[in-house]
Formats: sequence, structure tokens, C-alpha cells
Amino acid sequence: MAATALQEHEVAHHFDDLEQEFDSHKLGMWLFVASEIMMFGALIVGGLFLLYLHPDAFAQGRPRLDWRLGALNTFFLLTGGFTMARAAAFAQKSDQRKIQQNLVLSLLFGFGFLVVKTIEYKAKFHHGLLPGPAFHGEGFTSLHAHVFFGYYFVSTGLHALHVLIGMGLMVWCLILSRKVKFTRSYYTPIELAGIYWALVDLVWLFLFPLLYLVG
Amino acid sequence: MIAHVHDNNINYIKTKTGLLSWFVTKDHKRINMMFLISVLIFFITGGIYALLFRLELWTPGTHPLITPDTYNHYFTMHGVIMVFLVVVPGIPSALGNFVLPIQVGAKDLALPKINLTSLYLYWIGGILAIVSLIAGNADSGWTFYAPYSISKNPAVLWMLTAAFFLGFSSILTGLNFIVTVHKMRAPGMTWFRLPLFVWALYATAIMQIFATPVLAITLLLLLIENFFHIGIFDPAMGGDPVLMQHFFWFYSHPAVYIIVVPAFGITSEIIAAFSKKEIFGYKFVAFSSIGITLIGFLVWGHHMFVSGQSEVANTVFSFLTFFTAIPSAIKVFNWTATLYKGSISLQTPMLYGLQILFNFTIGGLTGIILSILSLDVHLHDTYFVVSHFHYVAFGTTIIAFIAGIHYWWPKMTGKMYNEVWGRIASVIVFFGFNITFFPQLIMGSQGSPRRYYHYLPQYQIYHQISTVGVVILALGLVIALVNLLISLRMGATAPQNPWGAHTLEWEAAESPPVLFNFKETPIVTHGPYAFATEKT
Amino acid sequence: MDTTKLFWLPEKASTFASNIDWVWTLYFWISVAFFVIIIGAIVVFVFKYLRRRPEQLATAQITHNTVLETTWTAIPLVIVMALFVIGMKGYWNMRVAPSNAMVVDVTGRKWVWSFDYPDQGISNDTLVVPVHQPVRLLMTSMDVLHSFSIPAFRAKADVIPGRYNSLWFEATKTGVFQVFCTQYCGTRHSYMWTAVKVVDPDTFNAWVAVASDPSRGKTPAEFGAILYTKKGCIACHQVDGTAGIGPTWKGIWGTMVPLEGGRSVLVDSAYVRKSMLDPGADIVKGFQNVMPTFEGVLSDKEISALTAYIISLK
Repeated sequence: MAATALQEHEVAHHFDDLEQEFDSHKLGMWLFVASEIMMFGALIVGGLFLLYLHPDAFAQGRPRLDWRLGALNTFFLLTGGFTMARAAAFAQKSDQRKIQQNLVLSLLFGFGFLVVKTIEYKAKFHHGLLPGPAFHGEGFTSLHAHVFFGYYFVSTGLHALHVLIGMGLMVWCLILSRKVKFTRSYYTPIELAGIYWALVDLVWLFLFPLLYLVG
Repeated sequence: MIAHVHDNNINYIKTKTGLLSWFVTKDHKRINMMFLISVLIFFITGGIYALLFRLELWTPGTHPLITPDTYNHYFTMHGVIMVFLVVVPGIPSALGNFVLPIQVGAKDLALPKINLTSLYLYWIGGILAIVSLIAGNADSGWTFYAPYSISKNPAVLWMLTAAFFLGFSSILTGLNFIVTVHKMRAPGMTWFRLPLFVWALYATAIMQIFATPVLAITLLLLLIENFFHIGIFDPAMGGDPVLMQHFFWFYSHPAVYIIVVPAFGITSEIIAAFSKKEIFGYKFVAFSSIGITLIGFLVWGHHMFVSGQSEVANTVFSFLTFFTAIPSAIKVFNWTATLYKGSISLQTPMLYGLQILFNFTIGGLTGIILSILSLDVHLHDTYFVVSHFHYVAFGTTIIAFIAGIHYWWPKMTGKMYNEVWGRIASVIVFFGFNITFFPQLIMGSQGSPRRYYHYLPQYQIYHQISTVGVVILALGLVIALVNLLISLRMGATAPQNPWGAHTLEWEAAESPPVLFNFKETPIVTHGPYAFATEKT
Repeated sequence: MDTTKLFWLPEKASTFASNIDWVWTLYFWISVAFFVIIIGAIVVFVFKYLRRRPEQLATAQITHNTVLETTWTAIPLVIVMALFVIGMKGYWNMRVAPSNAMVVDVTGRKWVWSFDYPDQGISNDTLVVPVHQPVRLLMTSMDVLHSFSIPAFRAKADVIPGRYNSLWFEATKTGVFQVFCTQYCGTRHSYMWTAVKVVDPDTFNAWVAVASDPSRGKTPAEFGAILYTKKGCIACHQVDGTAGIGPTWKGIWGTMVPLEGGRSVLVDSAYVRKSMLDPGADIVKGFQNVMPTFEGVLSDKEISALTAYIISLK
């Protein structure tokens, strides 16, 4: 293995020390996550309002979603979050191999999420459960069923995009793990990717009940 | 641990040469100057649109060259450009970027690459706005209300996308400022030694981070509604147009504080420096910005009093809105009290600073009346509202922006502009601005609606006075700009501290500063307005 | 009842105006007082403490004054709270219509208003109401947001597609009062006007008698001419030969008109009827597809009358 030695991380010159740099990056990431929570939060409030406006659409639309697939996706995301935390823990112990293993596991769980999502979406297309004028689902008495499915695609689609971005961050960490030495005092990229994945999990924990469960 | 050798002995303008070095720089000072040039270009563009439609408004009827559709396009472009490309980013990105790190005693913002990303996002937004122009006539108004904005007009869609990118530019700037203020202060720079400009930018940054994402999702949903007709805002598909207004104003009310709070910060700096006095009630002024930020998230419904929103909701929003008035009013009292027994110099930045007090008093008073429910029914969507927000967004923010440019010009460029022409321009601007917007208060309370191409002849006299005013205003602005530009070539070399102020950028950094702002890290031993320690 | 016209406000023509304008006056003078005190202080201080020598320092570094600060916080707070209560009370009065209010349905569509009196069976293009009688408007839009504003009554409410909003008023004098659309709605937003015509009760009753059957005593073409204005066709179609938003009606009967897409069509009864009920089907070349449908708005009798009118413009 030890073909090329891993580089030491260099602190950017506008910082006084590594601790200031790490703290700054972490705070920045948390603030960014806060902004994403506001964005998804507004979307979820919008969904709650649509539920209030068209309760029949939600009551008839929800049974067409398979809550077991939703639960499986919840499992994938949460476990992926757990393995990210493990990766961060191993980073502090400078165990490069274990870091990479856990990153790969997180990626696999993320991939699993996207596979399940694809299965769900394909089923919707097949049954005509589409947004807006494209909707041609059968067995609905609600005049606004298309609103439920439109909202379903927008909210889960935007979330899935963020899952993809989160997986991109994991890939970035993997690439870095081959070049840079992670230590007790420097494991910033993995910490930041973990924080981002926590956001992805948090949003899903609201979307899942709103779309799949209540009623 | 420093890999590259940076020369910290020459000023930031000269450190690396070549245009490319500017486009990929991580230096907050260079990023600021690029923002400044961009913002000024868009300000001129947005202003030209205003001149054009004020020309149409000279007569109440039709105009031979400007049709109603063209007029509607002009006021849309004016609004979108001025809000998203000028007054929201303006002071934070084109002055705060330069000044904040130096005022806290740091070598740069905490996240320089994020800063550069913010600039790129701004440019992308600007380019998309230009694409919108090529694609057609965006005519939805800057507020993009549904269902009118759910049209097949591609120009509107490009504008929505432009605003989306500009929003993220704003979020990243705010994020960077908060991290910098928390993590990068120099030794001895305690929170209550921070200049009030920093407090203002900090409060603004909170709003940038927490409010702008709601704009992002609003714009995204509007785009999705346009393409896929899911039925969230479009009543034809089962959606609710008033829901769109709630989404929109949840951002856009805090946005008006994003627009004005940085201006308050500049006002504090200038009043202090040109009175040689500590700001009266420093802590109150500092906390009032935070207070306005927090309350500002709770009052968005006051833009919707006649939308059919419930009477209970309207009552709550009216009640809370009055509370935003108090901190702002007290700031004006504090600034006035600062003048008392000061040593007041009427140099150009101060002439603009005093204008701000005048204009904001009117802007604030005309805002409070709009919170009075029974009166707002009459005043809503009239020229009274247009005048109110121009007294704040222009009379306070733009004037503060210009004041700040003049105040920090020696620091940013190392040059002094011509003081006589600076003062002449500021006087012309003051009169031009008030002649433009005061008649609109009268017109509005007399019932004249806004966004009107055609109007009743009884309002013509006010429109004509207003149009004359805007020409005078434009003249003043041109003189100010030319005066500044000339100084780059012919201005006297600026001393380190031409105003005798006590914030770090004046005491510890050269004009212009070196690459890392300070030759060595400053140790802070006094507050930002330490005029009390001066002796004759 | 206060009827004085203030410079800053339109004439008072409703109970709202008489009841609420004093709040404007109160607030105006409060504002003037604050303005004079603040700007006055600034001007005085600037001149009194002007720096006359470059090194001149401040005379005193006063940074606090508890009495002053408490006073200038408490007084504005008391004032704004009073204003809130006053505003709220006036507003709630404006939102609760009396039970004896006469109901009129208002429909807004780009760019014309129409009024329907359900109890009297009347459709009209202006709002005719009796003086000293509460009137409640139930409003909706057929397309985009509009807003119904009567400045002389100090009344306004948005008009929203898919929803009903209401406002009420009681006119206090006879006359004709301007109505504006105050929510931007596109090309002719600033032309989307109408009027409230306030008449005494006898005149109103006489009007109702005639208006509930506007065709009485008229030939079909005469009735059509009335509908041309009442139903808002006039907003887009001229009868003097010039093109507006829509084609002129003058001289088109019996001619072949070219359509978007290449076909031509004969202007006969079938075509005229189709243009009113399904306007997007055959767009005349050179015009936009912006005409709203009049399905449910025009009865068969009214369509025949309008057709007769168009024939008369040959």
C-alpha cells in the first residue's frame, strides 16, 4: 500500500492555526445547513398547507405510496449517517483504511436509497400518477390528486438531488483520503460531509411521515 | 506552514497584476472592488429604466414610443435589477467585503473561496438577467405574483432563475460574515469593541442565511409551476395564489431589512467620525439591529392586508409591525444625540450621512402609517407605498452606499476625490431625490395606483415634478461618479487616516492596505469610537 | 358627519371616509411634530457645533442619558400602541358588513369589471348603488389577480381567481366615483377602470326596473349596442374601424377573415357565437389569444343581440 506518503494538511495562511480553521469551516457548514433547513422547511410548510387545502387528495394519494419502501429508505439514510460518524471517528485515529471502508458503506446506502427511489418513481409513471395535466391515475374521486403527486415529485426530487450531492461529498472525502493524512486535529472534510448528510437525514424524517404515513 | 510566499509589503492592488489574477483572487479586497464595479453598472442600468418610464409618465395618456407592454417591462426590469442586483447585495458585498475583515482585525474573511463563489454566483445572476432581456420582455413586476407569472413568457422564467442564483450569492456572503465575526477577531477585539457597521452586517447576515432560502424555494416552485403546472400556486390547477404571496413575503420582508440595516451601520460610522464622538447609546444601537432582524421575520403579512387574509392574521401582523418601528426610531434619536456637543465636519460623507437622517425620518414615518390597518386599506398599492420604499431603499440605503463609498474611498483606492465637487454632487442628489419622491406621497394618498402607465389628469402635476426631480437626481449621481473616477487618475494620495477615525481600518491599515491588511496583527485596546481619549 | 375634503385625500363619499380620515390627520400632525423636532435638532446641532478648526474636538463625550432614553422609548411606544388600537378598530368596522347590506357580485377579468345583482337579476358594467345603503361586494376573478379600489370610499380588496373576497361600504353622497384596479394584471392594468354611481333610492329603483330587462323596448341591434358597453366588449373591440386588442367590428360581417395558421373563415352567426364562447379556437391573424370566454356570461339572447349589432356595423 504505502506507495506515496500522505501529505500533511496545510493551514490556509489567513488563519492563525489549525483549530481556528477547523472551527471556522465547521461553523460555516452548520450555517449552510441552517439555510437548507429553511428552504426545505418552507417546502414542508407548503406541503402542510396543501394537505389542509386538499385533504382528499392526500387521503387518496398516500395509499398509493408504499410505506415499506419509504421505511427502507429511512433505514438506508440513517445507517449511512451512522457510518459517516464512524468514518469521522476513525479519521481522528488516523485509520485510513477504516475511514475508506465506512465512506464506501455510506455511499452504498446512499446508492440504495436512490435505487429504491427509482423503483418508486417508475411505478408512479406506470400508473399515471404524475404531476399536473400529465396525471391520469385511476380510481380517484378527488379532483386534485395531481396536486398530491406534483408535491410528491417536487419534494422527494429535491431531496434526492441533495442525496446525490451528499454522495458527491463522500466521493470527495474518499479521493482526499488517498492524498491527505487525517488526524485527531484534522478531519474537516469528513466532518463537513457528515454534517451535510445529517441534513439529508433530517429532511427525510419530515418528508416520510408527511407523504407516506399520516392518515 | 505557509507554502507560498506572499508579499505583504505592497498594497493589494499591486500585489499581483493581470486581469486573470483578479478573476481568480481570494483577496476579499479585490473581490469587493469587482462587486463594487458590477453593482454600480447594474445601478446605472436600473436607473436608466427608471428614467425611461418616468419619461412616459410625463403625460397621462399614451406615449408615441412606449407602449403599455414596454412600460410594464421597464418597471419590472427596474425593480428586479435594483432589488436583487443592487440594494440587497450592495453594501454587504461591495463595501462590507472590504471593510469587515479589517474592522475586526483579520487578514481576510474566514472563507475566501466561498467569497469568490459568491461573486461568481452574482455574475451568473447578472448574466441570466441579460439573457432574460434577449429572451423577451419580462413584465411580471419584481414581485412575480401568481398566476400572472405563470405564463409562457420565457423572459420571466430567465428572471426567476437569475434571482435564484443571486439569492445564493447573498446566502454565502452572510454565512462568511458570521463565521468571520465569530472566529477571526483580533486579540482584544471584544464584541462591544466592534464597530457598529460590523454589528449591522452581522444582523444582516442572519437574515441573509435564514430568509433567502425561502426565496429560493419560492422561485423554484414558480419555475416548476410554469413547466409542470403541479397546482400549488395556480388556481386553475387547484393551487392558491395567496400562498405564493406568503412564501414570497416571508423572504421579502426580511429582505427589506437586509437592504436597510447595513445602511444603518454606515450611518453610525459616519456620524461618529464626522462628529468626533462616540455614538450615543452604542449598545442599544448594536442590539437594535439584532432586534429588528428577529421581529422582521414575523411581520411579512403586512404586505398582504387586502389580500383576503383573515382579519385576525392582519391584526397580529399590524401589532407586531409597530414594534419594528421603535428600534429604528430610537436609532435616529441616538444619531441625533451623537451630534450634540460634537465637532461636526460637513465633508462629503457627512453631507450624505445627514441626508440619510432626513430621508429615513420620512421613510420611517411613512412606513408606520402603513401599519395602521384602517389607513392601509386606502394606501395599499398606491404611489404612497412606492414613495415610502424609495425613501428607505434609495434615500437611506443607496445614499448610505454612496456615503460609504466616499468614506472608504481613500482606504480602498489610496486616492482622495475632489471635495468641492463631492459636496456639490451630494447637494444636488439631496434635492433631486426629494423632488422626485415627495410628490408621490401626495399622489398616492390622493388615490393614484402604482404600476400605472395611464393615469387621471389630476395627478399629472405630481408626475411632472417627479420626472423633473429624477433628472436632477441623475445629474447629481453622474457628477458624484465622475468625481470619483477622476480621482483614480488625478486624486491626491490618501493619508492613512484622513478622517481621524478610530476603527481599525483607519488606525492600523494603510491606504490602500497591504495584501493581508496589516503588517502585523493588531492588538485592540480601545473601542471603535475612542474620541474621548483624544487631547487637543 | 364630517365631509371636509383634505388636501392629501380624495373627497369623502362613504361612512368609512368620514370615520377614518381623522386618523390620517392625527398621524399627519404626529409625523410633522416628530419631523420638526428631529430635523430641527439636527440643523441646530450642525450649526452650533460646526467644526471651525481642523483639530477641534467634541465638547463632551455624552454616551448615555437614562431619562432621555427612557422618555424617547416610552413615548413612541405609547403612540404606536394607540395607533394600533385605533387602526384595528376602524379596520374591524370595515370588515363586518351590516346584515341589511345589499349584495352585488363583482367579476374582474383582464381588463374589465362586471357587476351582477343577484336579488334584482341585473348585469351591468358600472356599479349603481343607492346612497345611505350598505352594499356588500362579493368578488372573484376569472384569470389573474386584480384589486377593486374605490379611493373616495377608502375601500379596497384584492380580487382573486378561485376564491371570493368581499368588501362593504355605505355611500354618503350621490355622484360618480372612480374605481381603479390596484393589483398589476398586465397590459391594460392602468385602463381597468369603472365607476360607482351613487343615486337616491327612487332613482335606484327606477334604474332597477329598467336594467333588469335591458332589452325592453329595444331592437336586437339596439340591445346589442348596450351589451357592447355593459359586457365589456368595448375594452378590446372598436367600432370605428381601428384595431384594438381585438379586431374591430366595423365592416367585418359577411367578410372572410384570415386566421393564425393560414385558414380563412366567414364572419357569420356561427363564427361570431364561437368567438364569444370559445375565443381561442379561431384567432384572427395578427392578434393575441387573450380574449376570455363569455360562456356563462352571455345568454343566447344576448349573443343574438350582439350579433345583430355587429351586422348593423356593416
